[in-house]
Amino acid sequence: METISDILKSERQQAWRDELRKSMKAKERTSIPRVKMPEQDPHVRNKNHSEVNLGLTDEMAIKEAQRCLDCVDPTCITGCPVGINIPKFIKRIEQGEFLESAKTLKETNALPAVCGRVCPQEVQCEANCFYVQKLKKDPVAIGFLERFAADYERNSGNISVPGVDNKNGIKVAVIGSGPAGLAVAGDMIKWGYDVTVFEALHEIGGVLKYGIPEFRLPNEIVDVEIDNLKQMGVKFETNFIVGTTATVDDLRKEGFEAFFVGSGAGLPKFMNIPGENYRRIFSSNEYLTRVNLMNAANPDYDTPVFSGKNVAVIGGGNTAMDSVRTSKRLGADRSMIIYRRSIEEMPARVEEVKHAQEEGVEFMNLNSPVEYFADEKGNVNKMLVQKMELGEPDSSGRRRPVPLEGSEYEVKVDTVVVAIGVSPNPLIPASMPELEVTDWGTIKVDKDTMQSSVEGIFAGGDIVRGGATVILAMGDGRKAAKGMHEYLKSKVGKK
Amino acid sequence: MNKIVEKEQLNNNVVKLVIHAPRIARKRKAGHFVIVKINKKGERIPLTIADADAAKGTITLVIQKVGVTSHKLSLMEEGDSLADVVGPLGHATEIYKAGTVLCAGGGVGVAPLLPIARAFKKAGNRVLSVIAARNRDLIILEDEMRECSDELIIMTDDGSYGKQGLVTHGMEEILDMVKVNLAVTIGPAIMMKFASMTTKKYNVPTIASLNTIMVDGTGMCGACRVSVDGKTRFVCVDGPEFDAHKIDYDEMIMRLGAYEDMEREAYEKYLETVSK
Ligand SMILES: Cc1cc2nc3c(=O)[nH]c(=O)nc-3n(C[C@H](O)[C@H](O)[C@H](O)COP(=O)(O)OP(=O)(O)OC[C@H]3O[C@@H](n4cnc5c(N)ncnc54)[C@H](O)[C@@H]3O)c2cc1C
Ligand code: SF4
Ligand code: FES
Repeated sequence: METISDILKSERQQAWRDELRKSMKAKERTSIPRVKMPEQDPHVRNKNHSEVNLGLTDEMAIKEAQRCLDCVDPTCITGCPVGINIPKFIKRIEQGEFLESAKTLKETNALPAVCGRVCPQEVQCEANCFYVQKLKKDPVAIGFLERFAADYERNSGNISVPGVDNKNGIKVAVIGSGPAGLAVAGDMIKWGYDVTVFEALHEIGGVLKYGIPEFRLPNEIVDVEIDNLKQMGVKFETNFIVGTTATVDDLRKEGFEAFFVGSGAGLPKFMNIPGENYRRIFSSNEYLTRVNLMNAANPDYDTPVFSGKNVAVIGGGNTAMDSVRTSKRLGADRSMIIYRRSIEEMPARVEEVKHAQEEGVEFMNLNSPVEYFADEKGNVNKMLVQKMELGEPDSSGRRRPVPLEGSEYEVKVDTVVVAIGVSPNPLIPASMPELEVTDWGTIKVDKDTMQSSVEGIFAGGDIVRGGATVILAMGDGRKAAKGMHEYLKSKVGKK
Repeated sequence: MNKIVEKEQLNNNVVKLVIHAPRIARKRKAGHFVIVKINKKGERIPLTIADADAAKGTITLVIQKVGVTSHKLSLMEEGDSLADVVGPLGHATEIYKAGTVLCAGGGVGVAPLLPIARAFKKAGNRVLSVIAARNRDLIILEDEMRECSDELIIMTDDGSYGKQGLVTHGMEEILDMVKVNLAVTIGPAIMMKFASMTTKKYNVPTIASLNTIMVDGTGMCGACRVSVDGKTRFVCVDGPEFDAHKIDYDEMIMRLGAYEDMEREAYEKYLETVSK
């Protein structure tokens, strides 16, 4: 049997790749410095909502692509959760065949324009690049190049809508329209199924729409991908909560034969410290949803949002960075990150931390809130913060933050955003007692097929992993689609 | 979808809209609510389902004009459509044979109370109801409430109709006379606070249905959080009904006012545009 590595090898031996490799000496390639992403000026961009990164020019992309050595053993691929053929798509860019490059990306990744923008490349593909591993140099900018090829294709007006097999008339339901659900829908429609995506909110896209802000991932990019799926025949039903608007059993009666649950990890956690329910203390989900999904910052829209002058955001992940940078854009004078570990241990993407610093966000690391206070109306006006120091490593391998007794001090705030994580959305599990869940409320699945404890019900993304990443959710979705396809084939066979 | 098939003005400030939403009509039970968004630029607001007709595929919403969105809703006409309606949301009321059930509603809270009173009646309970408002014009759904109640007391603050006094006076009248097994109260937060203080005096288990600020209504944002028995709960997914004696009403009232200044300003601006 031909293995993936055989395929990669034979593709690498194709004449065009060979030629390209020979066209420039390795020495010459490695002496090119890593490309710098053109960005909006930090002090301009922290007052608008437009995208921070402006994208590479053709010349920049080709030059960056030349850095890639087209390794015999492309270790970068092992770092990619969906196994994109990285050297191939990069070499297509070097060749100037940008549309071909985009096609390569789409063989394994349905949303390259999204992933190029939001994946934590520094711990995935780029961490495993030969430049980092062996040369101790900056990695090839795989993420920037991915974004470049995908944007080029979108802007060219030549988006390749993948071919669709003959309709087989079998109805499948996808619950949740985040990256996991969209990935399942994309594969199942290709294989001829009749696919309906059910979404609880009034917009399609899950976290990509309500969570990740415009300045990092413009909605338009997500909408183009959704339009593609529509063109391929995927049906979308918004304002539809599976479990209450109709149950899985109801949908079975309506002819749906298999289900994918991609309902995400939407429930915000709070710290349960005194004063946390005062006014103007929000979960990051509320804050970001008001601004991103409901357009609260635009006076033409009816939803209000409170935009304070002294904003504290609690947490160190992407959600915290998105919230704190949003607060700057809503006019805060002082936007602070309060995080109980050190800056190196923050789970956010490195680029987001850097961008936040440039935009004037203050980082108060090794600090944790202990109590909130409010004025007579109940509006938060100050918080008590405790300093921490790093102790022994915990189960995650990171050093555990230990509170320093007596180190408490007050910080003046008028808005607080709590961004300390989310837990799985319980709507589906609550409506289906027979569905097995873990103690954390995530759905248990077979790790190869992604099938849950209930036959014909598959699951993936944050509802299975807890809060994870876009690419892992999509990877799950593709695996689940395969599992579902096999399941349905065998079911039809039995009939 | 979501077409308004019938509109009725219940009083100057309150309208009833019957909306085509067949799936919700089929699934809803007493106590459920929906989230409504009028148009692309609208906000998402929660509204209790006052009634439904599964055969016709309609749900009934009762809306009091208090701000921009409710005002816009009150101006919509038969044939218009709402951009988004999602539900049914929240836990349905637990209906069982309790014996004697006291249903106490204030203002527009009578609308969500009605299906609950009906359901308790249907389950074989003796239903004693008190509905209250500031004045005669603000009393709504009187006939409907009378129909499902063994006894109905009407209270108005100014005495312009029924008896003069607060909802709690009517409740005490009943509580003094009969042994009540369960009380249900829905209305403005301050009214529910006093209603539950009243039933507490008589040791009657009580549920209150809360209508906090909401955004998504699916447990995602925490805007709707309240403290019940010292714990933070989300009204949209844990409620909307809670043990009335354990709710921190003062915190709830404080949180309800979170956007009052912005809302007032927006409403005043909006009223200028409609009066032009
Ligand atoms: C602010 C923020 C920033 C982030 N930044 C990054 C980043 O930079 N890089 C990265 O890789 N990851 C990031 N993440 C994480 C990433 O977005 C998630 O891991 C990913 O979106 C999970 O995808 P999903 O498809 O499992 O679920 P979601 O995207 O959460 O989608 C689930 C959808 O299901 C819907 N739903 C739930 N229940 C039901 C139901 N019963 N019926 C119908 N619909 C239902 C929900 O409304 C939602 O739209 C971020 C997350 C947040 C919140
Ligand atoms: S490891 Fe780096 S240099 Fe090698 S193929 Fe991958 S991206 Fe190119
Ligand atoms: S309304 Fe958002 S969690 Fe309840």
